[in-house]
Amino acid sequence: MLQAKVIFYYNTGRLINQSLNFITNGDKGMLSKPNSLISRLGAAAVGVLLAAGGTAAIHAQELVVVSWGGAYSASQQKAYHDPFMEANPGITIINDDSASEGVAKLRAQAEVGNVTWSLLDAIAADTISLCDEGLIEEIDHDAMLAPAPDGTPASEDFGALIVSPCFVPQIVYSTTFGYRTDLVETAPTSIADVFDMSKVPGKRSLEKKPINNLEWALLADGVSADSVYDVLDTPEGVAQAFAKLDTIKDQVVWWTRGAQPTQLLADGEVVMASAYNGRLFSAIEEEKQPIAMMWDWQVFDIDGWVIPKGAPHRDQVVELLRFATDTQRLADQSKFISYGPARASSAPLVGKHADLGIEMAPHMPTDPNNAKTTLLFNYEWWADNQDDLNEQFAAWIEQ
Amino acid sequence: MAIPADAPLTTVDGIPLKVSLARALRRDKIKSLLLVAPLFVFITLTFVIPIGDMLFRGIEDPIVSKYLPRTAAELEKWDATSDELPDENVFEALVMDIKAGAPDRVITRVGKRLNYEQPGMSSLFRKSQRRIPKLEEGPYKDTVIKLDKKWGRITTWQLIKTFSPPFTAGYFWAALDLQVTPSGDVEFQDQKKRIYLKLFLRTLYLSGVITLMTLILGYPVAYLLATLPLKSSNLLLMLVLLPFWTSLLVRTTSWIALLQRQGVINDLLVGVNIIDTDNRLSMIHNATGTIIAMTHILLPFMILPLYSVMKTIPPSYMRAAISLGAHPAAAFIRVYAPNTVPGIGAGSILVFILAIGYYITPALVGGTSGTFISNFIAYHVSVSLNWGLAAALGIILLGLVLVLYLLYDKIVGIDNMKLG
Repeated sequence: MLQAKVIFYYNTGRLINQSLNFITNGDKGMLSKPNSLISRLGAAAVGVLLAAGGTAAIHAQELVVVSWGGAYSASQQKAYHDPFMEANPGITIINDDSASEGVAKLRAQAEVGNVTWSLLDAIAADTISLCDEGLIEEIDHDAMLAPAPDGTPASEDFGALIVSPCFVPQIVYSTTFGYRTDLVETAPTSIADVFDMSKVPGKRSLEKKPINNLEWALLADGVSADSVYDVLDTPEGVAQAFAKLDTIKDQVVWWTRGAQPTQLLADGEVVMASAYNGRLFSAIEEEKQPIAMMWDWQVFDIDGWVIPKGAPHRDQVVELLRFATDTQRLADQSKFISYGPARASSAPLVGKHADLGIEMAPHMPTDPNNAKTTLLFNYEWWADNQDDLNEQFAAWIEQ
Repeated sequence: MAIPADAPLTTVDGIPLKVSLARALRRDKIKSLLLVAPLFVFITLTFVIPIGDMLFRGIEDPIVSKYLPRTAAELEKWDATSDELPDENVFEALVMDIKAGAPDRVITRVGKRLNYEQPGMSSLFRKSQRRIPKLEEGPYKDTVIKLDKKWGRITTWQLIKTFSPPFTAGYFWAALDLQVTPSGDVEFQDQKKRIYLKLFLRTLYLSGVITLMTLILGYPVAYLLATLPLKSSNLLLMLVLLPFWTSLLVRTTSWIALLQRQGVINDLLVGVNIIDTDNRLSMIHNATGTIIAMTHILLPFMILPLYSVMKTIPPSYMRAAISLGAHPAAAFIRVYAPNTVPGIGAGSILVFILAIGYYITPALVGGTSGTFISNFIAYHVSVSLNWGLAAALGIILLGLVLVLYLLYDKIVGIDNMKLG
């Protein structure tokens, strides 16, 4: 369906453009023979399409904000959108849950010159790619974003999390492991246990992409965290990682959507799985599943906002962005979901879960107890190597 | 009035009959064309043009020639098979191109494109876009190479030269696990990167198996539908159509619940001691899962054409054959079955063509051994953004379907097909 949707999007926009061309170019093409049937039909089709295109741009103050849906969008709605709309009665924020297809859809919109999204929530790696393609705006962090309460400029407050000049960090999340407490005899305690079939027998689930898995394979194979990317930079290093993954390959169920690993765990299909920490949190604390976290070598990733080039209502969007990424708002979001706020100054403000009433800090990936061994994956390196390694990974999986 | 034998026939007003007839027919023809016109225009505007445009991406490759025009022109003169780096002119052209493109940040797009072919290009162009505009007067060759040692590698320049023309067969080679060497030869990809040919073959094979399964399961059902009394056959038809109207995703996820290791079927088998709990069957997240789920989903597309053909076969044929002494089985095989061939053909071709392009179901239940080529097309459209490769894979898939259609026409004859 996605494919069809993308193509459809692409078509509609392009057709509207073509239609506009017909009109602006006067009597070229189809319209040159005013009495022929085709021209009349053409004109009718143009009319219909224009009407369809026109509806997209009626309300002056509607901001289309694209995010990931589910509990995550709900947390943004409560922490950012609702208070913002309250303070700015003229503005309505419309949620669009298509962030998982965001990169492709934004590209399609940009190609036909009809960008309808005002703000897009994207993971850091995609941001680099979108920025490379010139599809999103560069951000002047200090000018456009609020400083910390103590006056620290935004660029320092976010620090190294600004991985691309187009990116405004929002949350830090991690991909880590969860395991079924009732289905394993010895609980896994380190990344090496994931690859140790004799210590923890049973199926495990990993994400169907090379990112994270190759790093974990090397770490489990005894490579030090500092040199993981140096090793991966050589063909021998990649081969070593794949060889390590080979040892558990026939016991792996691969997941592709964020909701799958916790479902597989809940069903008892696998005894352990890599998953986003927020998903594991809700499976453990909200659904009370017999699952526990294994934080060893969790891989941090960053998610944040980008402004598409040519975004409608840009001034209002910048206002929203400034509001939604200030210190208090970022801390507020963590009341609803266990992802760490991206600002250093927000960390002390993290409180209790809004519904469960439990302290959120111990569930944050950044909590000192959880973050004894962490890896921040190397975006530059992956931007260079992902096309190649995705191919190798896909071929390896098929072998 | 006597009419000469060779005089043309005329109507009352003296117009030759032929002309008059042609006129009347033309009016009818125009009328029918007018009726078809809205649909024709609609299909052209929303289907033919956009899909054609999308497929065109499989051969167009404007990025390098558009954003590095001077470099591409200068590289024409450079012999890619020589062991020497291009000369200062090429480097100067590169610096000019990057200086021209850097303010709009378009140079990174070149990196993104070339990175599909060779890792490391993405960062090379990102870095160059940032640094090269700051370079003062030339000569540039040494400074540029000092900026990043990749500029000092012949492979980088070979790559740029290979992708300089605005049109390329490169995506097609990639889609067939081939690659072009700098000297222009086409050779197989590295063993560890070959994947698409295998996936095409698997897609064809699994689609074939699914078609066969739907035929085996659907034929008796269609026979029952056509021969039972109206009251019970209507009920049966409802049972066939109900799942047809149910959401595809619902049906697919139901199969997950049924087939998984801790699922209904495995629990049942363990419960009655047919298998023990450590040896639960793996029926999902593999090719088996894809075959089961897709056979179920596509079954109505086999049953309905079969049913519509069987409905038209008079029951007297079978009775006549039997009364003439044929064994019922022989009568069925030699009289009834040949009459259903148009339905088998229509159902099979429908199911096969639908199956070959499926991707949601394989993505959900196919694991690694049950994914289709369309899953990779979707991946390249939405994740890697390599729309050129996606288009090339799509064209090949479309070509395969057309070839199969022609084969079918040759062997069975397309006139023999009956969809309803």
